[in-house]
Amino acid sequence: MQKYPKTLLLLDLATVLLLAVATVLVFAYAPLERTMGAVQKVFYFHVASNWVGMLGFLVAAVAGAVYLVKGTRFWDVLEVAAVEIGLVFSLIGIVTGSIWARPIWNTWWTWDARLVTVTIMVLIYIAYFLLRQGIDDPGRRARYAAVYAIVGFLSVPLTFFSIRLFQSIHPVVITSTKAQLSPRMKTVFMFSLFTYTVLFADLLWHRTRLGQLAAHLETLRQKMLD
Amino acid sequence: MKESTGFGRAVLAILWKDLAAELRGKELLSAMLVFALLVILAFNFALDLDPKTRASVTSGVLWVSFIFAGTLGLNRSMATEQDRGCLDGLLLAPVDRSAIYFGKMLANLVFMLIVEAVVLPIYSALYNVNLFRPGLLLMVVLGSVGYVAVGTLLAAMAAQARTRDMLLPLLLFPVIIPVLIAAVKGSAAFLAGSAWADVSSWVNLLLAYDVLFLAVPLMVFDFVVEE
Repeated sequence: MQKYPKTLLLLDLATVLLLAVATVLVFAYAPLERTMGAVQKVFYFHVASNWVGMLGFLVAAVAGAVYLVKGTRFWDVLEVAAVEIGLVFSLIGIVTGSIWARPIWNTWWTWDARLVTVTIMVLIYIAYFLLRQGIDDPGRRARYAAVYAIVGFLSVPLTFFSIRLFQSIHPVVITSTKAQLSPRMKTVFMFSLFTYTVLFADLLWHRTRLGQLAAHLETLRQKMLD
Repeated sequence: MKESTGFGRAVLAILWKDLAAELRGKELLSAMLVFALLVILAFNFALDLDPKTRASVTSGVLWVSFIFAGTLGLNRSMATEQDRGCLDGLLLAPVDRSAIYFGKMLANLVFMLIVEAVVLPIYSALYNVNLFRPGLLLMVVLGSVGYVAVGTLLAAMAAQARTRDMLLPLLLFPVIIPVLIAAVKGSAAFLAGSAWADVSSWVNLLLAYDVLFLAVPLMVFDFVVEE
């Protein structure tokens, strides 16, 4: 079909480099938190993972809307890629949160509104794949998945704002008025957010490319059989 | 003007068709009702609904039974259209597709409200609490609208899948959580007689999701029934 794109290779290299720098920054440059100690460092990747999760679901909803309007297969492939990446990073977010919660809250898991709404969000996107599996006709599968990606995304804002609506024990680090971080911490935090966003773009490109190649292979196979 | 009366008439025609079919068979309503009561009785044993715990869980028990019974109705409303090819007939009718959605949605809403209208007095009598407070009834109606609005859309999708009956609750329950949370918390607050300031955020959340869950299916229903 096509050769490995040069821009993608550059993006790969940039991602690896940024990840290495971010890791060094988190462990060497960011100051030790006064009360929480070293475990606070998981925060930089915890928030970044959840950010990528939300971003993935947003991209999926947008791709779904564009698919419904245009009907080209590319947008369906992009949507699946975005949901997959969003799902994986949301799970990473839950696991890293647990690692932080064990020493700080003295438990791996608690029935806090934030934790529950995030888990429900993950269940929505697991249901997304069950829906895809349940429908055989490719056109209909793509349309229904697009509709569900849009409907499912409606509950994501609640996840994000649940921390403000409910009485939650989950910390709010970024508010509209101030960020409760020292300048150094803020630099590292912003850098890790940026790094994960680049990582997201890289993975999205790879996964979309894989999806397109798989679709191409399928058409070739059909042609051989006919 | 002419077009809008055509739309309204199409919606009413579909609503009427569903109600008439149900009135002749009464299969769905009786199944939903018995099921809702069974869920409440199951909770009675599972949670030991003595007067002290009851006060805090009443709204949760009610909503879970409404939602379970509602799933039966939603599954059925689209499956019957699918089975005998009735949906094709509806789609051939020269009306806006969203009229079909609205008609089906209103029919589902009527079924759900009937079930709720029977369950609420029975629950009141069985557990000796007065559930007929304007605030609670408002939450019941608003919550049912949101539930049925998105439920009708997802039921139309699940009816086309291989795993249809199994798929609907899996698709619907996580998506409906914002409505469910707002309805349960709001109902509980109204039952506890809280001040309006404590309840208003739940009512607003519920209203916001009702509007969203009505607007989005209206826009995308075309793509769901398209062949």
